[in-house]
Amino acid sequence: MTGPEETRPEGTCSPETDPEETRPEGTRSPETGPAEARSAETGLAETGLAETGSAEVRPAEVRPADGARPVEMGDDGQGDGDVVLRLRDVVKVFPGVRALDGVQLDVRAGEVHCLLGQNGAGKSTLIKVLAGVHHADAGEVTWLGEQFAPATPQAAMRAGIATIYQELDLVDDLSVAENAFLGHEPSLLGFTRRRVTASRTKEILARLGHAEISPRRMVRTLPAAAKQVVSMARALSHDARLIVMDEPSAVLAHDEVDNLFRIIRELTANGIAVIYISHRLDEIREIGDRVTVLKDGRTTAANLPARTTPTRDLVGRMTGRSIEYVFPPRSGEPGKDPLLVVENLTRHGEFAEVSLSVRPGEIVGVAGLVGSGRSELLETIFGARRAESGTVTVEGKAVRGVGAAVRAGMGMAPEERKSQALLLDEPIYKNMTLASFSRFAKVGFTDVSGERAAAERTAESLELRPKGDVNRPIRTLSGGNQQKVVVGRWLLGGTRLLLLDEPTRGVDVGARAELYQVIRGLAANGVGVLLVSSEVPEVLGLADRVLVMREGRLIHEAPAGEIDEDTVLNLVMAGSLLEGEPA
Amino acid sequence: MATETARAAETRTGHERRRLDEGIVRNLGLVAVLVILVIIGIITRPELYGDATWVRNNVLTILQQASAIGVVTVGMTFVIIGGGIDLSVGAIIALAAVWSTTVATQAFGAAGMIFTALVVGVGVGLVNGVLIAYGKLVPFIATLAMLVAARGLAAQISGKQTQISESSVINGIATTKILGIPLLVIMLGLVVAAGWVLLNRTTFGRRTVAVGGNPEAARLAGINVKRQTLLLYMLSGLCCGIAAIMLTSQATSAQAAMANLYELDAIAAAIIGGTLLSGGRGTIIGALFGVLVFSTITNLFAINNLSTEVQNMVKGGIIVAAVLVQQFRYQSLTQLFKR
Repeated sequence: MTGPEETRPEGTCSPETDPEETRPEGTRSPETGPAEARSAETGLAETGLAETGSAEVRPAEVRPADGARPVEMGDDGQGDGDVVLRLRDVVKVFPGVRALDGVQLDVRAGEVHCLLGQNGAGKSTLIKVLAGVHHADAGEVTWLGEQFAPATPQAAMRAGIATIYQELDLVDDLSVAENAFLGHEPSLLGFTRRRVTASRTKEILARLGHAEISPRRMVRTLPAAAKQVVSMARALSHDARLIVMDEPSAVLAHDEVDNLFRIIRELTANGIAVIYISHRLDEIREIGDRVTVLKDGRTTAANLPARTTPTRDLVGRMTGRSIEYVFPPRSGEPGKDPLLVVENLTRHGEFAEVSLSVRPGEIVGVAGLVGSGRSELLETIFGARRAESGTVTVEGKAVRGVGAAVRAGMGMAPEERKSQALLLDEPIYKNMTLASFSRFAKVGFTDVSGERAAAERTAESLELRPKGDVNRPIRTLSGGNQQKVVVGRWLLGGTRLLLLDEPTRGVDVGARAELYQVIRGLAANGVGVLLVSSEVPEVLGLADRVLVMREGRLIHEAPAGEIDEDTVLNLVMAGSLLEGEPA
Repeated sequence: MATETARAAETRTGHERRRLDEGIVRNLGLVAVLVILVIIGIITRPELYGDATWVRNNVLTILQQASAIGVVTVGMTFVIIGGGIDLSVGAIIALAAVWSTTVATQAFGAAGMIFTALVVGVGVGLVNGVLIAYGKLVPFIATLAMLVAARGLAAQISGKQTQISESSVINGIATTKILGIPLLVIMLGLVVAAGWVLLNRTTFGRRTVAVGGNPEAARLAGINVKRQTLLLYMLSGLCCGIAAIMLTSQATSAQAAMANLYELDAIAAAIIGGTLLSGGRGTIIGALFGVLVFSTITNLFAINNLSTEVQNMVKGGIIVAAVLVQQFRYQSLTQLFKR
């Protein structure tokens, strides 16, 4: 629709390809039928090859070659009445970097359009352009058939585009209703109309299937899942016709994700479009209709069918190479004598009577949902929380407090990288030596060049990217590379026992594989690793021994080879499934 | 391989240059303000600036006036970088000065007076630090309470009387010159130099930045955040003790109302010098420039025989303007790195 067609029939796309192969069972509800049908005539129909039914899915590919601006979105033969949002060649330049460098995107009413891409691919910038936070430098954005360039977030909201950010932007000390209508409170002569606000919020919450949340409740007192519902209520309070969700499932436990999906299905059934960003491919398969893939600020593939495109193709377009979820081979035998012994560790309301041990060179994985007490357990072992009873010993010596833990050779990569691990304004090397700079120092004077050299060596061994520059501020690194710096911090400190809390959270597929390699490499060098993750395949693939945690207790232990994903998931969720969803 | 290393070295120097640039750029605004103030001085009193001896003496006067507040600002900068604030510095100075000039203390001579001033300063800082680090009081509240209490104690000790210093050694500090430079200015220089080294070259400085920048990350990296916090307030107290000696020497006396509102001047100087009020970033040199700007303004008004009321209004305006400029520049700098 925009400008000259540069369409070249480079690929064919058949929606008929093996839909059974990748579709998860029973995940689609019937009412999404129309959206599904529409998604079948994905963008390439008009290339004229759609009906050939080729067995191989070769989706629309955009070759970012030689500066040519390839646009292979195709136009739908049906006319674009359905397309609510259309982006063509959108460019956003920050000083020194082209964050967006030719983004194409078509979003239809009533569909869940997934955005896929590695960290730094430009997803966040893109949604900020849509939300009116950033302004595109070139290209065309069409919203409901009209040119669209929101000057402010408020303007985007008024136009009907609502964004739910990864870090929920709620005000903790306001009520649910006040948050839902923040910025556009129903008012009369400058006085807020509290009752009207409350009743309208109640309506919206009911629509979202969460009538049990009281509009007057303080947001601070709500669990994470309910906060997300409030964020969605805020989006709906604006009569949003497009809701952008940035990794909404990252803060949710398994059963809460199902509820999120139920809400999304209701929204789309009402014709609301959803742009869904997630690193989890299984979610995209379950909830998504079509997928657009970004890489280095460009659209590398548009409008792929979410359920039938093979994983290899999706990942290949994000990375430029096909990476599988490969766990490196286990090498070396764990030592005999336990390095870490935890006995009967208890903190009321968090976990109880936890006993475990880790040997040198052994990776012990703890599987458990958010809220099962796993992060609290790890922080207590590290001494960041005080145990009410029980003991932690490293090589037979009792350890209490973080300082003692670090001296005993323990290190921890906490769950919240930015708030718990990094000095965002400081360069890479200072972050890397945060736990060890005193050891480099001579009589209290820091040895900056020594630190820098050591950090450079560690960065190289971790394949930190971009390469070779440890003076870079750490905030410029992607999530995966920031995590490598945190791991590197403990490597530099000579750590023999590493506690990892959700080490690949918010880390893209490529960096994930590298992190797995790093962790395995550590174990091969005799470092004991205690790993906590809510991603069961990660625990199973990485650990030598698996512990399953539920409601603050270790309920199962097995060698990784003797337990499978289904068993772990059943163990992990048994409680929550029986008791229904927690409030 | 060789090219790899070469490239790495290249980018490193690139970054170092950028950091250096940033340091210069950050203080460039303040240097510009200083230059403008001097130009205003030249325009308003051209006849004075024609006299080289007067100019030299006036520069030394400005530096001398900046000396005590400059020392306090160094301590304040550390506290703010470490994520805190110390509202009690003026009160600590008054208490330390009054305590060291009581008849009983003066009986121990100059050494006894200096010792007392320093111990009182560090001691009050210790109380602040314990309340904040271990009592988990908010720094603002704890040091506000200390401000009131310390001034009260100073008034109690002195009986609201001005206490004359009889020690010729103490009184001589303000009048001594070494190679033509007043001893007070040399003391300021030493404190600033020590502060710069402490912040940029020692583990203490690194811990300060870490604790202020992200206390949780520092704690989980094994840094003793509470002890560091305590030490920072003690350092601020030590600076106040030194300033107390300097002010006592200048006035040859001490009283409970001295060093009034020093906390505001010190905070303002640190902030316009580029120290982030939320902690984790700041420079000693910037803070020194901040102090010099204020003391140059004071001097400018003095040589033009203008009222202190107007002077305070101008000061307020300069604080706002400097922070605005800094914010703007910081934003445009961070844009470079943002994606």
